[in-house]
Amino acid sequence: MPLLNQREFKADPWTFLDTSEPVPSGGDIVVPFERLVSDFKTLMLHDGQLGVAFPNNLPVTELEPYLQRLQLVTLDFPAFTDGRAYSQARELRTHFGFKGELRAAGNLLPDQLGFMQQVGFDYFEIADERFSLDAWLDAATSISLSYQPSFTSRSQMPISTARGLADTSAPDAEDWPEQPHYG
Amino acid sequence: MYRYDEFDARFVAERVSQFRSQTERRLSGELSEDEFKPLRLMNGLYLQLHAYMLRVAIPYGTLSSQQMRALADISEKYDRGYGHFTTRQNMQFNWIALEDTPAILEDLAKVEMHAIQTSGNCIRNVTADHWAGAAADELADPRPVAELIRQWSSLHPEFSFLPRKFKIAVTGAPNDRAAVKFHDIGLRLHLNEHGQRGWEVIAGGGQGRTPMVGVTVRDWLPEAELLGYLEAIIRVYNLFGRRDNKYKARIKILVHETGAEKFRDLVEEEYARKPGSGIEVDARELERIEAYFGGPNFEVLAMVQPEFEQDKLRGREFARWVRANVSAHQMPGYAIANISVKPVGGIPGDATAAQMRTIADIAERFGNDEIRVSHHQNLVLPHVRQSDLHEIWQVLQANGLGTANLGLIGDIISCPGLDYCALATARSIPVSQALSRRFSNPDRQAEIGPLRLNISGCINACGHHHVGHIGILGLEKKGVEFYQITLGGSSATDSAVGGVLGPGFSAEEVPDAIETIVDTYIALRMDKETFLQAYRRVGAGPFKEALYAAA
Ligand code: SF4
Repeated sequence: MPLLNQREFKADPWTFLDTSEPVPSGGDIVVPFERLVSDFKTLMLHDGQLGVAFPNNLPVTELEPYLQRLQLVTLDFPAFTDGRAYSQARELRTHFGFKGELRAAGNLLPDQLGFMQQVGFDYFEIADERFSLDAWLDAATSISLSYQPSFTSRSQMPISTARGLADTSAPDAEDWPEQPHYG
Repeated sequence: MYRYDEFDARFVAERVSQFRSQTERRLSGELSEDEFKPLRLMNGLYLQLHAYMLRVAIPYGTLSSQQMRALADISEKYDRGYGHFTTRQNMQFNWIALEDTPAILEDLAKVEMHAIQTSGNCIRNVTADHWAGAAADELADPRPVAELIRQWSSLHPEFSFLPRKFKIAVTGAPNDRAAVKFHDIGLRLHLNEHGQRGWEVIAGGGQGRTPMVGVTVRDWLPEAELLGYLEAIIRVYNLFGRRDNKYKARIKILVHETGAEKFRDLVEEEYARKPGSGIEVDARELERIEAYFGGPNFEVLAMVQPEFEQDKLRGREFARWVRANVSAHQMPGYAIANISVKPVGGIPGDATAAQMRTIADIAERFGNDEIRVSHHQNLVLPHVRQSDLHEIWQVLQANGLGTANLGLIGDIISCPGLDYCALATARSIPVSQALSRRFSNPDRQAEIGPLRLNISGCINACGHHHVGHIGILGLEKKGVEFYQITLGGSSATDSAVGGVLGPGFSAEEVPDAIETIVDTYIALRMDKETFLQAYRRVGAGPFKEALYAAA
């Protein structure tokens, strides 16, 4: 499945294992949350990066004991209208300070990409091949300002910052600084 | 009132071009109707029975004359020459073509308006006391905070796909005119002994098929913490609100099923994590916004305006209008003029383009250029001189806007019902028109006194029937429409949900049934008891007997 980041499609370097597939001797692997819990003793010693696919109906606090060892968390959008993973992502980034890769999977559409970036997702598993790269990126960057200073994607500027800059009328006010991004 | 700065303007402009591209993708077939639906809904575009309907946001019900004229222009250019003021202080255009929508949004953006989040499962357009900044009982104008919430909630990335819609109402007065206990979140201003501002946070109220009075989650939240606390509540709702059944998905069900205590704990726990650092209300930002809401430079006027007193003595009709439609203002010599959009036999809340322009002209000439929309589907001129009232009234009269029935039985709230709405089970407009005609006599209305009559065309309760002193709910059984009557509801400070009286009535029987109820009240009332007071004293018994015993 193509993987989209802020700029381009790329091949997915991670291997997803279901509940029973054997763990390879090395390489980066993603396991479902049940397996992470049941096999953590062995998984934590895995020679490679470790990721988890977490469902959207459990509190992310359940991930806390494992977060140190995790380099990737995939959150699920079973339907594009089911927005629980926005809050989960936000919680992982801000409350738990998770710095690894945060992936969105499931029913994703271009018009949600911007919101997803704003809450801290940085990779997107694109199952739907109808849309071109431009369609995804254009949709994600169509709103350049954000009213929520603590939810700003890389292509956006918080309106509060913009207002501050406008007030001081500094000569370099138009030159937008790179915005801090969660992860 | 608030004016966009360059950034607000750019934000809305980008949103319009985004929607233009989404619409093009829908028209070309790239997006399916299912995929387009949440996008158009977040831009206020519904598909109704006969056409698309566009709901335009009127944040906290405040409009300038220029904006009102723009609405009039849109109604002529893209609709059938009229618009409908809704119970959420918005305006709906009922006959819109999909391909025109981007152009309409562009026209709106030119006058600093939009349709963002007037529908969809997101934080809806925030509502407020329609007398804000003018009412004599007000502690402070709630609109700066409402504007702060409008901005904070606009395209909020975390809360754009909630389990269900989410409505916030704000009031700065002890007498609740914003129905704060019937919203997903209601905010009520309090001042402490040092004059500091704090907000009472009420959550889990609502109407619909399971009407509930909201519970107070915090008695006194410091203003600076407001947005962070709202985020905590909505985050709890987003994560735990039910998504398995759309009729159980509102926050009121979560509060009810979790229990108020436990819900409060969940919110406080989430809030204690201080999740939104950087979300404290910036005092400078609030000041910036507040500066827009200063109100006019009021003249120092005498408490008693002799001209106005004489005008009232001169004509009985004017005196009647003043008694029904004019309310006390904070400033001596000024008044709040309420314009009834409920002419006898008319469609509640419908205004023609010509009427919209008339009101815009009056507001410009006499009313500091300000107009409000109330959740009773009426309009308000919040700041007028008492001495101008007679002239204002004459212009209103000449344009079918002088009806003197505010808060009386003719001031019926009605949803669009089966004439427009795809969800309706029965018609509501014809029933409201029949009742409006039945009680057309102004003397009779005055004799009956304060009475709220609310009609919904289905259990979704957009016509607020649960909180009507008399509520009418249109239902359907085996292809036949019938109407259930409830008594005793109120959305004011004495909030209550009305109780069902008994078996329903056919559309033809409704006016007689309501008349029987009204006559019963008049016969049993004591002194100056209002309908609601009398009902609360005697209960449903006498009304039931009068209605059903004979049959
Ligand atoms: S109450 Fe029912 S009929 Fe009336 S507008 Fe709402 S959904 Fe439609």
